[in-house]
Amino acid sequence: MRGSLSPIIALLVGFIVLLGYLLPFPFLMEARQALLHWAMILAAVALIVGVMNLALAHWRKVATDQKGGIYSAVLLLSLLLTLGVVGYFGPTGSWSLWLFRYIQVPIESSLMAILTVALAYSAARMLRQRINMFSVLFLLTALVILLGTAPLFGIEVPGLHGPDGIREFLAQVPAVAGARGIILGVALGTIATGLRVLMGADRPYGR
Amino acid sequence: MDLADIDIAGSVGFVFILAFLLLCLVFAVLKRQQHAAELRDIPAFNRLIRALGLAVEAGKRLHFSIGQGGILGMPGGSAVIGLAVMERFARAASASDRPPLATSGEAALSILARDTLRGVHRTITATTPFDPQLSLLTGLTPFSYAAGVLPVILDEQASGHVFAGHFGSEVALLSDAAERTGGLTLAGSDNLTAQAVVYATTQEPLIGEELFAAGAYLKANPMHLASLRTQDIFRWGLVIILLGGSILKLAGLL
Repeated sequence: MRGSLSPIIALLVGFIVLLGYLLPFPFLMEARQALLHWAMILAAVALIVGVMNLALAHWRKVATDQKGGIYSAVLLLSLLLTLGVVGYFGPTGSWSLWLFRYIQVPIESSLMAILTVALAYSAARMLRQRINMFSVLFLLTALVILLGTAPLFGIEVPGLHGPDGIREFLAQVPAVAGARGIILGVALGTIATGLRVLMGADRPYGR
Repeated sequence: MDLADIDIAGSVGFVFILAFLLLCLVFAVLKRQQHAAELRDIPAFNRLIRALGLAVEAGKRLHFSIGQGGILGMPGGSAVIGLAVMERFARAASASDRPPLATSGEAALSILARDTLRGVHRTITATTPFDPQLSLLTGLTPFSYAAGVLPVILDEQASGHVFAGHFGSEVALLSDAAERTGGLTLAGSDNLTAQAVVYATTQEPLIGEELFAAGAYLKANPMHLASLRTQDIFRWGLVIILLGGSILKLAGLL
């Protein structure tokens, strides 16, 4: 019963929301808004479940003395500390914001810095493993954009920098044209996926 | 209802969606889908199928990372594709001792991934209980998600890593770590930045809408082929409209 009821509910809700976007009937729009509010509430509940799952997975690592258990212990401690601070001072309290500004943001920024190194290393590896016309073109373009964006000891190279330079041309003409083509394909793919879910052909729930 | 009240954009959207839906149904019902052999060759999918076979033989597992895009917005499309690919491979890997592992950076997506894996576990009537830790929520911001997935990639010794869903530039950290483990790495996203990054960092990047064609290539179900054909028809239609519009504009008629 549960197996057949969940797709019916999902399909019905999906069609109401879709039609609420496209057709100008007030009752459809109101129903769409109500259903989307419910979805947001459910997403918030899912967040609690997700955090509990995360904590449980790391607790298991600590309890069974697995490799990297110390990191899991740090995560659990941080979770409890953040919960306590945010619970007591509120999400916009000074200590809550301090935790965000001086712990989370610097850590994420340092990961972003590592990203630069990872990308440069990967680009070199790509040239070694998959050398073809497209990868060479990709790397040459990346090099031109980098040189055209970063300052070269304050020197402006004619034909590279400036509004008529090759960097500007690459960024504004071929890159935008290519990006629009890709976005078009992604949009059509998203519509197709959404409609398959609405038709029940794809069911990412209740199997 | 007054004629002035009619929302033109909404009406065009309605007709577009309705036509898309009808064409999908027509292709599915008439069974005029393309056969797999007629599809353009995307080596990534063939290698992924081969990696699955090797994983089952070697008693290793596949790791699926389905991104950190929520299911309530546009990124939901790529997330659903990630789930469909994962389900297809979880079924195929049912003979393996080690079922696939899913990681995600969005709570609802994590629950859906667990539900998908549990559903597969139930249908293959496994005697062992389902392990809910096979689907992990690793973090809720892009970089905390990546930081949580890195130990999974490095510790689990999976024979293949599939990144299918909504990612940002942080996917470079994941694909680089996956490449260093020596297993097959396949990555696709709906995000342009992530697509550029995976092109440079993975053996098998999926560019453009290739990720959305995954179901058709992996034979998830016949509707995937029908929708792929419909996408192609609509793409050509849009190309003609865009080119026609440009020509009319150049001619000064628009």
